[in-house]
Amino acid sequence: MTTLETSPLTTSAPGASKYHTFMSRHGSLMPTFAAVAILVLLLVGAQIYFGNFVTPGNMSALLLDNAPLMILAVGMTFVIITAGIDLSVGSVMAFTGIWLAQLLANGMSAALAIPITLVAGALIGLLIGVLIQYFNVQPFIASLAGLFLGRGLAYVVSTASIKVEDPAVLWLQSTRIYIGSWYITPTGIIALLVVAIGAFVMQFTRFGRTVYAIGGNEQSARLMGLNIARTKVAVYVISGACAGLAGLVLTAYSGAGYPRFGIGVELDAIAAVVIGGTLLTGGRGYILGSMVGVFVFGAINSVISFMGAEQAWTRIIIGLLLLVFIVVQRAIVARAERRR
Amino acid sequence: MKSIVTHKVFWPSAALLGLIVINAIARPRFVKITINEGHLYGNLIDILRNSAPLMLVALGMTIVIATRGIDLSVGAIMAVSGAVALQIIAGSDEPNNLGVVAAAVIAALVVSLLLGAWNGFLVSVVGIQPIIATLVLMLAGRGVALLITDGRITTVNSEPFKFLSTGYILLLPFAFLLAMTIVGIVAFVERRSALGVLTEAVGINPEASRLAGVRSRGIVWGAYMLSGVLAGIAGILYSSNISAADANAAGNLIELYAILAVVLGGTSLSGGKFTIAGTVVGVLFIKTLESTMLFLGVKSTQAPVVFALVVVVVVIIQSPRLASWGRNAARSRLSASTTKAPTDAEVAA
Repeated sequence: MTTLETSPLTTSAPGASKYHTFMSRHGSLMPTFAAVAILVLLLVGAQIYFGNFVTPGNMSALLLDNAPLMILAVGMTFVIITAGIDLSVGSVMAFTGIWLAQLLANGMSAALAIPITLVAGALIGLLIGVLIQYFNVQPFIASLAGLFLGRGLAYVVSTASIKVEDPAVLWLQSTRIYIGSWYITPTGIIALLVVAIGAFVMQFTRFGRTVYAIGGNEQSARLMGLNIARTKVAVYVISGACAGLAGLVLTAYSGAGYPRFGIGVELDAIAAVVIGGTLLTGGRGYILGSMVGVFVFGAINSVISFMGAEQAWTRIIIGLLLLVFIVVQRAIVARAERRR
Repeated sequence: MKSIVTHKVFWPSAALLGLIVINAIARPRFVKITINEGHLYGNLIDILRNSAPLMLVALGMTIVIATRGIDLSVGAIMAVSGAVALQIIAGSDEPNNLGVVAAAVIAALVVSLLLGAWNGFLVSVVGIQPIIATLVLMLAGRGVALLITDGRITTVNSEPFKFLSTGYILLLPFAFLLAMTIVGIVAFVERRSALGVLTEAVGINPEASRLAGVRSRGIVWGAYMLSGVLAGIAGILYSSNISAADANAAGNLIELYAILAVVLGGTSLSGGKFTIAGTVVGVLFIKTLESTMLFLGVKSTQAPVVFALVVVVVVIIQSPRLASWGRNAARSRLSASTTKAPTDAEVAA
């Protein structure tokens, strides 16, 4: 790609040429850098405006309040990098959350109930993956079936909220580990662990490279002899399992299961992933970027509640931000296509 | 006979008819229609009346899907349209004045048209994938609707506005007649002019149709504008039915049901060939199924489980893999008639 660079660039100052080399090699990182810049601007701006925004307590809450969304975003990143989409995560999260609450209320031990609900999430993901891979259903429609299924099952479990009294699940949220005046709960640790594992798998394993290859060009990946079918089903299973885990974290966070939890959260997760720099056409993106995207989302949310403005503004601003990022991505892709 | 069975709309219609027959056997009251004070009454009439908003949204969705697109923002546009109309009526001194209601409806439709045009602009001019382009408005639209109604549920008491959803003309519900008239107009324009063929050409192969001289940009843009206006009308009908603008509940999940209706009707999501008659049948099937489940005592909140199963069954039936299994099974039955070939059901199991 650098050999195609026009001559004026090579004859220009060495600093500029270094910049262009970096840009052309790491062009796919640019949207993620932009997300980091927006996050920093948001935090600095809010700190200057409010004076007490970037406090250890507030920043810790930013992580803990958005832990379920972060877990969903990690699963969603896997799916979107294969150029798919998973609309089911919000309702699967509601279903596993309320089922967990009900199993615990019926006296089942947490050591049994938690794995059962995680597997249930993964199974819905498996159903979606099999429909997509083996029955040629578009990801949109297959995960739409998953959305209906999850939401309906949540109401089948219970139409009212179920309180959780199990000490093990409540421990996940009530334990606060302090580092100075910063604190973190086990739910926050779970979210960060999921991000770390996801980033490791995508960056350093054969599976991760196959995921990128499928998103880049599925036909080429197939001709290279990569196992497309297994990987494509696996990303939906991962997303389903993440939704199950998010259900556990959400249940611990709110102390109850409720069938109306997580309506529209799939859109928030998609928005966070896109803002974090993952290309919706697949092939490019980073798990850590999605984490930044979730923080941007959470920061906008808490800025708006700090201002005491209508919560409706959150959705409008997220929508606009999403638009800006999509247009920027579109420009990047168009530039890459022109160079080819 | 064969041409009837292989017709696109045959299987959806058969499914709808089967559902009605099952209902009629289980509870004969279901098909009973009585005339009372010049109105037709009965379960079937209720289904027709309630199907109007979904019918309009699904009609727009059909055209958008035919251009290889999708419109996720219809529910949000419904919310905005209802909010605009109700806010104008609630703000006036005489909510029963026909002129006020007409102005409110026109304002709501203009706003819906602009929102549809915005979607079309993003898709056809900027070149963003339809799913993502309309996702922007899906996210932001409800926020806008909430701002218009100031975060409250605006209610009005307006007879002319109420008439839109609950009124009757010539024995039939006005909302249903309105929806069918619009379906008829759109079908007429698409099929009696070249527009329908051009739309399909854009959906089947955008690049080839461009080289053939089809102005695809205008056709795609127009499809999203149509979808926006139809969603706007659906939003007015919805808010008229409850005499309130509820920015959160209006058109909730309707984009998904509309897409489901289009797919059930036999239009492929990959664009191209579309059937408006199929979509109408798909909408009626969904509404009849909803009514059936209500009768069976399934709570409306639990109904999505059944819809999930319907989606799974329909997509598996339509999938090429099942077709090839069917062919293979038939072939092995022919070649080795002594050995028992597995039936489709066994293979699928």
